[in-house]
Order: sequence, then C-alpha cells, then structure tokens
Amino acid sequence: MATATKTIYRELKNDPLKYYLAVGLTGLIALIAAAAAYYMETNGHHVTGMNNQIVWGMPHVFAVFLIVAASGALNVASIGSVFGKTAYKPLARLSGLLAIALLAGGLAVLVLDLGRPDRLIVAMTKYNFKSIFAWNIYLYTGFFAIVGVYLWMMLEKRMNRYSSAVGVVAFVWRLALTTGTGSIFGFLVARQSYDAAVFAPLFIAMSFSFGLAIFILVLAIASRADDRPLGDFIVGKLAKLLGVFVAAVLYFVIVQHLTNLYATEHHGVERFILLEGGIITGLFWVGQIILGSFVPLVILFHPAFNKTRAYIYAAASLVILGGMTQIYVIIVGGQAYPLVLFPGMEVKSSFFDGVIHSYAPSLPEIVLGIGGIAVACLVVMIGMRVLRFLPTSLADGAADPHHNIAP
Amino acid sequence: MNIDTENRESTNTARRNFLAGIAGMAGVSIASGVTLFSFAEAKEAGEAVTSKVRWGMLIDTNKCEDGCTKCVSACNKENGIGTTGRAETDPQWIRKVQLRDPKTGNQTSLPMMCQHCAEPPCVDVCPTGASFKRADGIVLVDKHSCIGCRYCMMACPYKARSFVHEALEDQKSHAPRGKGTVESCTLCVHRIDKGGIPACVEACADEAGGAMLFGDLNDPKSEIAKRVAKYASRQIRADLGLNPGVRYQGI
Repeated sequence: MATATKTIYRELKNDPLKYYLAVGLTGLIALIAAAAAYYMETNGHHVTGMNNQIVWGMPHVFAVFLIVAASGALNVASIGSVFGKTAYKPLARLSGLLAIALLAGGLAVLVLDLGRPDRLIVAMTKYNFKSIFAWNIYLYTGFFAIVGVYLWMMLEKRMNRYSSAVGVVAFVWRLALTTGTGSIFGFLVARQSYDAAVFAPLFIAMSFSFGLAIFILVLAIASRADDRPLGDFIVGKLAKLLGVFVAAVLYFVIVQHLTNLYATEHHGVERFILLEGGIITGLFWVGQIILGSFVPLVILFHPAFNKTRAYIYAAASLVILGGMTQIYVIIVGGQAYPLVLFPGMEVKSSFFDGVIHSYAPSLPEIVLGIGGIAVACLVVMIGMRVLRFLPTSLADGAADPHHNIAP
Repeated sequence: MNIDTENRESTNTARRNFLAGIAGMAGVSIASGVTLFSFAEAKEAGEAVTSKVRWGMLIDTNKCEDGCTKCVSACNKENGIGTTGRAETDPQWIRKVQLRDPKTGNQTSLPMMCQHCAEPPCVDVCPTGASFKRADGIVLVDKHSCIGCRYCMMACPYKARSFVHEALEDQKSHAPRGKGTVESCTLCVHRIDKGGIPACVEACADEAGGAMLFGDLNDPKSEIAKRVAKYASRQIRADLGLNPGVRYQGI
C-alpha cells in the first residue's frame, strides 16, 4: 500500500458561536416541525392537503426520500470496506453517521404523519409478517443496529479488524432495506402506476444517487466549516461515481416507463405522467429528467465542468432536487391517476371515481418534511462534534494513495 | 377475531324464531325462484365465527336505478356517517358509481363498497394486523390497533376505504369509528351477528328496486348461492384473483 500518511480523525473544532448558532437554528426548525405535526394530529388530517384520494402526500415524499438516501449514504463506507477501495476508507465513518442521521429524519416524518402516532408502540409490538411495512420496521431498526456496530468497529481501534466483515453485513442489509422501500410501491397490485418489480432496483439506484449527492455536500460543508483540506482527488472521484449513479437511475426510469408503454392497459397512466398530467408532467420532465438527470450528467461527465467544485456541488444539489421531484411524481402522481375498476368504461361517482385527483400540499405538511431534514442535520452536527468522524485532512496527499508515487 | 354485541344471551332464541318468521315474509318470491334475500342465522354470544359461512352479496345492476341512493343513505344512518361538506375528506363506506360504455352509450349504475375479498390486499399490507378478515369472510378494521398509516387505502383496488380526517361526534355504539384511523363497510357485522342483514340491502329491498341480495355463499341452499350458480355474475377486478364476496349481475 502506497499510502504515505495515516488517517487521523478529529471532532469538529470550529468556532463554537457559529456551531451552536447552527445547531440552535436547526433545532428550532425541528421544533417548528414538531408543532406542525401536533397541529395536524389535533385537528385531524383535513388540515393537510391529503384526502381520501391522495392518501400519502408531502410527508411521505420527504420521508421516503430521506430513507432511500440513508441507505445510499452508507455506500461510501461500503465501497471502502466491501470493495476495498482505499481512497474511500477515510470517508467511511462520516458515511455511516450520515446514513443513521438520514434514516432517523425520514422515520421521524413518517411516524409523525400517522393518523395515530401515539400508537407507535402498537406498530412495534404487533406485526403482520405479510406486510412489507412490517418487514420495513425490522429493516429500519436492523439498519440502525448494524450501522451502529459498524461505526463502533471503525471508531474503536481494537475493533478495526472486524470493520470489513460488519461492512459486508451492512452492505447486504442496506440493499434489502431499499428493496423493502421500493417494494412498498412495487407490491401494490391495485394501482396502475405501481405493481412493478422494477421499483426495487429503481429505488436501489435512486438510493446510490441521492445518498452520494447528500454525502458530497455534507463533506464539503463540514470540511469548509472546520477548515479541513479537501482535495480534488477525492471530490473528483465522488463526482464521477455520482455521474454513474445518476445514469443508473435514468436507465431504470426508462425501463419503468418503456415497460408500461408496451402494455396497452398502462397507456392511460403513462399518458397522464408523461403528457397530460399538468404539474406532475412538468415535474417529471423539468424537475426529474432535465434538472435532476441531464444537467447533472453533463456537469459530472463533461471535462469543462467536472473539474470545478462549484459545478460539482451544483450537480449534487440538482440530484437532490431531482430526487425529491422523482419521489413526488411516484407517490403523488401515482395516486392522482384514478383506480381503474371498470376498464374501458367512463366512470363517475360522489367519491371521485374516474377523475384525476388533485393535491395541494399544505404548509404544515411541508414544514413537517423539512423537520425531517433538520433532524438529520442535527444528528450529523452533534455526532461530528462529539466523535471523530471526519479526517483532519482529505488533501490530495492524504487521500490519494498514488499521490506521491513518481510517474 | 370476533365482533361481539351486547345483551344477546337471553334473547337470541326468541329473536331467531321471530326473525325467521320475518325472513319467511321478507323472503317472499318476487319472481319464480327469486327472493329478495336469504336469511342470516343469529350467532350465539361468545360463539366464534366460522369459515363454514362466507357472507356475500349479489348486486343485480338491472334493478339498480341511476340516481337512487337509498343504500348510501341507509348505510350513513346505520353507521353514523355524516358529512362535513368537505367531500374530498369525508368518508364514504358505500357509493353509487355510474358507468357508461363510450362505444355503445350503455349506462349502468351500481353500489360500490368493500368487496370483502377472500384474499384482501388491505389485510396483506397492514403492518399491525388491524385490517383483518373474519372466518366468515367479513373484512374489518380493528380500530384499537389501526395506526393510521393508510397503506391499506393504497392497496385496496376498490377505493373502498376512508381515512377519518377529523374528530367525530354522535357515534353509534355498534359502529365505533375514530379520528386518525381507517374504516370501510363492515357489511353491518353488528346486524349479521344478530341474525340481521346489512342496512343497505334492507333499504334497497324496502324502498328501492331490491337490487341487493345478501347471504351465505357457502350454503348451497341459500338464495344467493343458487342465484350465482344459475346466473352469470361478475367480480370487479377479477383479474387480481382476490375472490371478492360481492358479485355483480348485469355488467
């Protein structure tokens, strides 16, 4: 191994005033979100934009995004310990922390949107093992436990030798977790836009992409806040990888829609999403495809852009924005198209049969979702302050194993 | 699981005899071999429901008038379902659906409610087991263990379920409901367990065309079993293989 310097990890030591201000502000956002959740629970869900047609709305968009991104954020660690890529190893600790943080944020939103969040204990004690939701409860808690142990193996010197083995378990688990999240939709036989096995691999690809995009931004912000060097080598490597993941998501999206377009029975829902769905169609083409996929791909692969930090960070931000849009299109778009009970017939009823359902998210819902992001940020900020997650230097000399080798 | 009702011990036998008499009258033939409904037998209090019975419904759309909503009103009254004026969030356990074949112009009207599937997707997806199917085929929600995740609403192919979006008042003791939980047609399980029939079926027979027939699909001697054996009937979304307990004639 040509690594010249040993990686040294340190807690964040930056200006306490700035740090506590940031923690305070983020905490305030989380508190406001908790108040929004309380408002929705006491008044009932009629104060949200959700209804009996669009039963899952903005909270689910945020929650699913964060949960999917959580498993993806762990990939950086997996690449180091499972696939043995030395350059990624110094990033593994932060990767694990971010994974736990994002999952915590996502689950907080999901739980607080329940009709009866006070009955969480019921969900933890009564299981229907045919339900993918019930599997997911195990997958999520298992993920916390396994990543927790993984972090312990990495942070505790005496345990370092086990970190690769635990890393393999964590990698397999995160694949199962995202399969479970995708299957929430993939197994819904009733709805035209779901009921497709492609949702499992699609969600895995999405997690790779969204998780890495968030990781890149968190790494950049933390390094800058604490004045730690972050070299072009590692950023360039992550950027290239992000490009591959964005392309993978796009591939599965194309497969998803082409498969539907082949089957006549799905033409209606495809016409809705791709052509006539108004805001959903706009979000799909502009948000998900152009801004969330094409523009990042150009930035991340074109030599004129992919050497510049600002462009790389912009690409990562667009991937996040595009990812949120994609999940909105999947969740809300999928429900907006009515159930087909009588194929080929014109249908109407007092219960909105046969019509495209509309959804206008309310402020409390959006605030609750943002609260999930705030919770994730808090976990990361506090974690990095009290434990040694971030290397003191990720400068090219420290991060690139071949940096000092003469050509 | 079993939904029991109160004060039935001493009155069951007498009630059964009385109801059997009523059944005889109500089950009067309206055409040769066709009756309004076959009669449910009251269950002893504390007696477990059995899979020997499969409660079901047969709806003859030829007798279901467009614009008639007697079944809907009866259901709302029976189960204490009111309206807030917010149609998008108001629960609907049963609704009238108007169908029009754009190629022929043919129009049909029918009631749509929980189809009480033998393989209910809502039960499959429910994380806590709050959605459950009784042995006699009635699909219900246990209001005490529903956490309000609405996954069952995503999974139901019939849009049969509603989420209670706000606080409720004046509930019926036999049909408990709760803000933040999901609900749907119970097939008037409180009536069935006492040997009665669903309110919608009763209202349709008494006040409308008698389009709804209720009974035990497993009992070859029951009117409903005879009817589905003799006449072609259809399950909505039969392609899903859910074997719903509600069947339709005339579509």
